[in-house]
Amino acid sequence: MKNCHRLIAAGLALAFTAGAASVAQAQDFPDKSVDYVIPFGPGGESDISARLQQPYFKEKYGQDMVISYKPGGGGAVGWSQLNSSDGDGYTVMGINLPHIVIQPATKDVGYTTDDVTGIYWFHYTPDAIVVPADSDFQSLQDLIDYAKENPGKVTMSGSGKGTANHLASIRFDEMADIKTTYVPFKGTGAAVTALLGNQVLAEWGYTTVGAQQGDKVRMLAVAMDERHPAFPDVPTFKELGFDLVGGAYRGIAVPKDTPEELRQKWSDIVGSINADEKFKKQMLDGGFALIDVPYDEVPAFMEKRKAEYLKAAKSAGIVK
Amino acid sequence: MLGEHLAQALTPLNVLLALGGVAAGTIIGSIPGLTATMAVAVLVPLTFTMDPASALILLGAIYTGAIYGGAYSAILLNTPGTPSAIGTTFDGYPMAKRGDGDLAVTIACLGSVVGGLVGAFFLLTLSPPLSEVALAFGPVEYFWLAIFGLSLIAALSEGALAKGLMGASLGLLLSCVGVAEISADVRLTFGSQTMIGGIEVVSALIGLYCIPVLIDLVATPDRHLKVEAEQRGFRLSEAVPIVWREKINVVRSSIIGTVVGILPGAGGSVAGLVAYAEARRAARQGQKYGSGEPGGVIATESANNATVGGGLIPTLVLGIPGTPPDAIILGALLVQGVRTGPQLFESQGSIVYTFIYGLFLATLLMLPVGLLIGRYAYKTVVTLPKALLVPSVAFMTIIGSYAIRNSVSDVIIMISLGAVGWVLARVGIAASPIVLGIILGPIAEQGFVQAWTIGSAIGDLPGMFFGRPISIAIILFTLVSLFLPVIQARMRARRMPNAD
Repeated sequence: MKNCHRLIAAGLALAFTAGAASVAQAQDFPDKSVDYVIPFGPGGESDISARLQQPYFKEKYGQDMVISYKPGGGGAVGWSQLNSSDGDGYTVMGINLPHIVIQPATKDVGYTTDDVTGIYWFHYTPDAIVVPADSDFQSLQDLIDYAKENPGKVTMSGSGKGTANHLASIRFDEMADIKTTYVPFKGTGAAVTALLGNQVLAEWGYTTVGAQQGDKVRMLAVAMDERHPAFPDVPTFKELGFDLVGGAYRGIAVPKDTPEELRQKWSDIVGSINADEKFKKQMLDGGFALIDVPYDEVPAFMEKRKAEYLKAAKSAGIVK
Repeated sequence: MLGEHLAQALTPLNVLLALGGVAAGTIIGSIPGLTATMAVAVLVPLTFTMDPASALILLGAIYTGAIYGGAYSAILLNTPGTPSAIGTTFDGYPMAKRGDGDLAVTIACLGSVVGGLVGAFFLLTLSPPLSEVALAFGPVEYFWLAIFGLSLIAALSEGALAKGLMGASLGLLLSCVGVAEISADVRLTFGSQTMIGGIEVVSALIGLYCIPVLIDLVATPDRHLKVEAEQRGFRLSEAVPIVWREKINVVRSSIIGTVVGILPGAGGSVAGLVAYAEARRAARQGQKYGSGEPGGVIATESANNATVGGGLIPTLVLGIPGTPPDAIILGALLVQGVRTGPQLFESQGSIVYTFIYGLFLATLLMLPVGLLIGRYAYKTVVTLPKALLVPSVAFMTIIGSYAIRNSVSDVIIMISLGAVGWVLARVGIAASPIVLGIILGPIAEQGFVQAWTIGSAIGDLPGMFFGRPISIAIILFTLVSLFLPVIQARMRARRMPNAD
């Protein structure tokens, strides 16, 4: 009988310590370095924005944030393996929109959109139409007029198919009632090279292109709610009468068995880096646009995006 | 101005960084699977705390060292340490087989230093105009460049063209596996999710080149490489005259390397192969490329190190990375707050010029560092008993193919391809045409799809494919490289009807 009591007491003690441990876990978190997996190769915008976050994580939380790469399948290789990592909070992975909506919708890629536990969407690179500085297209209207007279003759480079660039091109063509030819390239770098080399007439790019190429290019419009602080002279599509807001969104996800406290903790961590004035300035100078979608707002945000992307993808014939 | 930047590049810290960077890069690059891209990526966080010029010098030194280091395993193990060193295996390994591995390593070092210096020289003097080359190459030019690269198979598989083409076709098929780069179609995965990521070039390289060597090592009782008893040092007294004799080859290959480096869609592997093919085409009487001709090692190694300087030209001038490691350097620059672009050379000249002089310095330091490490690598591989060599190399192949993207399935793909490669080698299908197919397939496909899309949109497909000056030049080169060997052989046969 005594033994039995002891057993129960021990059991209770154990349960209590375990509970305390999980609280302590969140409080002391992080007490060692964390792995930040980028499911793309190094040097891309996902990598660069992670690199910009890296020093602030170290500064604010005293631990290293180690960036590693797991490229392949346009990110699918990494995302399909996300949930097999330990859910102890020490592994997080970069996530991208529209990728994690479009990929599982079009084919079996080993994960579904709902398998990905996003805990924060922290920035996006707004879509923009970019032309070379010496282009005849001075304004968006010039491009639309030309495209109306010459259906299909406006060639526009962009990064890949089923991507933010591609979906923006489809949506814009519908809104403006024009027909352009979208030419997919391997990544934004290649799409910009084609633009600067006059291989195409215009590019579906991002505000980051405007930031990097400076006065060699002209942006005709950006897909933001308000003008980008770094480009006060470039109008938004909204101002010009097209309800086009969006781009390539980037966030952070955790493996699905990560406990709620740690999810919330990570959401706070990413939020605190996003709130840092110096970080903000670096991101804006690079042409990025910051957004704050913390953990509790992620589901609603995803629902809205999903509906929008799937509609565009359907009309492009990417999704049946 | 010049003296000031030079002095900044020569501060003790920067010299130390260049020295350490080259040494670390050489060692990393010599391990198959640990590529220059990875070496640079791993060290980027370390550079955040440095001032921009020092950070760039460190990254540039590692990059250039890694490209050279790839030659060791190419020469000593017939396995390119980085994709850039594929062409080095063609003559480097036969040289090592016959006991000249040390000479080949020294020659590779000299070639790499000269190539690196030529690339850095163009970067210093002619960056803005040369960056236009990157823009002159459109999709259709990349398509023809890839076709030109595939025509090298004719040269690489002399006497067995059919088998070479079979290998290349297999390579092209393998390159289609997974999610297509630009159309996002899923191809040839047979429903397997592990195949979605496709076949990583580096794991294919390791499998196809290294596994057959390992199998042969185990299957045959002979020593791995022929060993000479006496000490011969670096054999510089033999190497320098050889390189001097090949001076035209060195200069030509370095220029090819610089130009191909500037092209964002190509890279070190293509540069080395094109330079190799050109060296072979210009071969003098009695030179036997493919069976241990030093000129082959010189061509590839000077070309691939020239891509370092060449690739930095569009990176710094246009903000468009010329090679994959440049993409990371560009990211590091952005984090440092350095804006690339045409104005960079004026607005932040002190950083840029200090960096370029630092690159010169690192390249020069590669001579002593490379010779020493090369000597050590050669001695290790030659003297290590088979019972130790085989497991260590096998271990490296697994680490290397795993590390490329932290994936076990890449290791499995590597081993499977290795087994297939060994069987194919038995029936006379060599690894090189297969690898050529894997590397050039995506370049050709993307170029073709894009050129076709644009050509259809403007309503001039023939003009798109056959009407652009650079395209026409590449097409002519392709025809020459395809048919010249045939014509030469015929003429020789006619001239000497009674020979043999």
